[in-house]
Amino acid sequence: MSLLISRRDLDFQLYEWLDVESLTSRDRFGAHSRETFDGLLDLSEQLATEYFAPHNRAGDVSEPTFDGERVTLIPEVGEAIQAFAAADLLAAPLPEDQGGFGLPGTVYSACMMLFGAANAATAGYQMLTLGNARLLLAHASPEQVERFVPPMLAGRFTGTMALSEPHAGSNLADITTRAEPQPDGTYRIFGQKMWISGGDHEMTENIVHLVLAKIPGGPPGTKGISLFIVPKYLVSDDGSLGERNDVVLAGINHKMGFRGTVNTAPSFGSGAFSPGGEKGAVGYLVGEPHRGLAYMFHMMNEARISVGMGATALGYTGYLKSLEYAKDRLQGRGIGEPPESPQVPIISHADVRRMLLAQKAYVEGALALGLYAGRLVDELDSADGEDPDDLQLLLDVLTPIAKSWPSQWCLVANDLAIQVLGGAGYTRDFDLEQHYRDNRLNPIHEGSHGIQALDLLGRKILGTQGRGLMRLLAEMNTTAERAEAAGGEAAELGAQLRASATRLAEVTAAVGTLPDVTPMLANASAYLDAAGHLVIAWLWLEQYLAAVGKEGAFYDGKRQATRYFFRWELPKIQPALDVLASGDDTTLAMQEDWF
Amino acid sequence: MKIAVCVKQVPDTWAEKKLTDADRTLDRESADGVMNELDEYAVEEALLLTEASGGEVVAVSMGPDKAEETVRKALQMGADSGIHIVDDSLHGSDAIATSLVLSKVLADKGFDLIIFGSESTDARMSVVPAMVAERLGVPQMTFANKVEVAGETLKIQRQTEYGYDEVESSTPAVVSVVEKINEPRYPSFKGIMAAKKKPIETVTVADAGVDAGQVGLAAAWSQVDQFSERPPKAAGVKIEDDGSGGVKIAEYLSEQKFI
Repeated sequence: MSLLISRRDLDFQLYEWLDVESLTSRDRFGAHSRETFDGLLDLSEQLATEYFAPHNRAGDVSEPTFDGERVTLIPEVGEAIQAFAAADLLAAPLPEDQGGFGLPGTVYSACMMLFGAANAATAGYQMLTLGNARLLLAHASPEQVERFVPPMLAGRFTGTMALSEPHAGSNLADITTRAEPQPDGTYRIFGQKMWISGGDHEMTENIVHLVLAKIPGGPPGTKGISLFIVPKYLVSDDGSLGERNDVVLAGINHKMGFRGTVNTAPSFGSGAFSPGGEKGAVGYLVGEPHRGLAYMFHMMNEARISVGMGATALGYTGYLKSLEYAKDRLQGRGIGEPPESPQVPIISHADVRRMLLAQKAYVEGALALGLYAGRLVDELDSADGEDPDDLQLLLDVLTPIAKSWPSQWCLVANDLAIQVLGGAGYTRDFDLEQHYRDNRLNPIHEGSHGIQALDLLGRKILGTQGRGLMRLLAEMNTTAERAEAAGGEAAELGAQLRASATRLAEVTAAVGTLPDVTPMLANASAYLDAAGHLVIAWLWLEQYLAAVGKEGAFYDGKRQATRYFFRWELPKIQPALDVLASGDDTTLAMQEDWF
Repeated sequence: MKIAVCVKQVPDTWAEKKLTDADRTLDRESADGVMNELDEYAVEEALLLTEASGGEVVAVSMGPDKAEETVRKALQMGADSGIHIVDDSLHGSDAIATSLVLSKVLADKGFDLIIFGSESTDARMSVVPAMVAERLGVPQMTFANKVEVAGETLKIQRQTEYGYDEVESSTPAVVSVVEKINEPRYPSFKGIMAAKKKPIETVTVADAGVDAGQVGLAAAWSQVDQFSERPPKAAGVKIEDDGSGGVKIAEYLSEQKFI
């Protein structure tokens, strides 16, 4: 059995629960069937196993180096990038009229999880490149698309997203990189960026940076930010590579995890090169001036779901590896067993089972959330502009949860996986410590946990006058009704879900009627914690219902994990909601000089 | 050139294989089915030959309904069409019956070259290619690590313990290949999409002109009488190196008949 992601679980969630095959009745996905879905899942598992997993440790131990001019990576990363592209995996999710194969995003994200579980750092290059290509396809001119996108899909170019600067990360309004207009319609870019993944390497012919910069004279703050294509090498009209652009590194960052993804501080227009004999890095404006942040956020919403899926992948593979260890490792005996009796596998011990069951509940619950969100994206993408069911509202409210909940709880799963192995888990002889370090990035990047909490409570809940929450609760209510109709234990679980959802609605309403909600935003992370756990409980009940009437160990496991989540985890939302309901201002009232 | 490449669905190489209690045949539900690894090399070689000289590749598999997945995998890699021999009476067939059915179907369709992997990872007998060649009355060009076809002349390098033999024959012929012959390609997503539209012909035992009494478990020349679960993993033997560690390890390996 693969120790990346359980294929049985992927099949259950994709086909038995989410019924992704029904998407093939829509025009956009009409070229597909179960056969092509399974074919790509098989291919992904094979490539992930043979091209990505084998150098996961090597990429961590031999992290990228920078000699002042060049970044050097282990060669296996480049081979993996080429194998990925040769299998058409970059083009797979794009619509057919954009050079792709029209694969539903739900299935694609399941495939990408296999790569994320095998080698999160190397998979990072593909995810960045695909995000870059998608943004260009959505907002760039046909000429720009023709010049830069096909080479990316073919694995000849990789892409980056250059947003942050040394003094402006979460707050992009303060970026200072500037773009000077030129008579020929191009721009010259000057500035320093920071935390740019994949910012330089020699694994591909070229690197396409998407850079946020301000055109002098534009509006202040985020409204004056524009988006530019800045290639490492200029690309001629015939597609051949030309002069070196003035993009060089000031240095690279040395990270706790994700070490194989080189993280850089690129300088634009520092004078290292003078393309065309002029100062500055040549940049091409994407779309209209001053709309760069809007373009970037179009991509960022899907990127946030992808981060959650990446966190899930690392949690999932850690769970499977600790499970295998627990079945194999002999230690101790059952209570009352004589000392001369044989030792038992540690999975026999109740506390080890608890840790495994908690991991199962977290990672399979997180997988359900990511795939459910992907299914919503697919429905919206194939709906021809109509949205009678307010699915966009539902997706919007779920997006910060889909990013943050897996980032938080699949990291806890990795922590538990290490604990299952005990001292062995703390050594570098096993993969788990690396999974934990790699996964620790996910609550930080693409909007930190705290920013997601503000987005959820401030923008998606209060900002929609509660419509987003009502849409979500309506979906939970439908599930509860189905559970109650099923009777027995399902009905009990449905009633518990309904009660918890009602409590969240009541507390949210109370917060929403406050004359000043600012103090409540200080408690936004408690709100995210409660809403996140409620959403996962809902999706566990959905899985429980998908398993009704089905027998066997797999379905028994689904039922038991649902019970665990409802008995051990769902009750945790009450203390968080109590804090919110009480209008608690403890953290807000804390003074700087009291620390 | 018309090439048949015979592909077999086997339990996942790394899965723990089980037999059924009922008739002590392979429990196909206990492990995922995959294309036999050496058959991937056979498909690759067939594709390389037709890419160089033209022709068509037909993937042939005998097995239960699920074995169609393996034919489809060959189509995804680039084979042009498939034949799936499926019939309840085939359950439990041995190598002799397998070679009988395959040879009948292959003779009926007519091929210039029939390529096999040199063995399957489940049975590991390496006899089916030779049996098929014998039944068809054509040269058996087995254990090839290199294949060249010029007109109606076939040349192979036959892998041996000491190197290789150069063997030449006319076509049609049966070839079996070893893993040194090439590096099998992965299907691309484009190939996966294209495979959907490629035809797979289903053939029964009756279609093949074989009497059902000649195949299946009852007709098999060898059967499993009994089996037992692999014993649980025991604690290993630790040898302290007091200067004689190497000798002790050698003695241990000798006792276990590893050396």
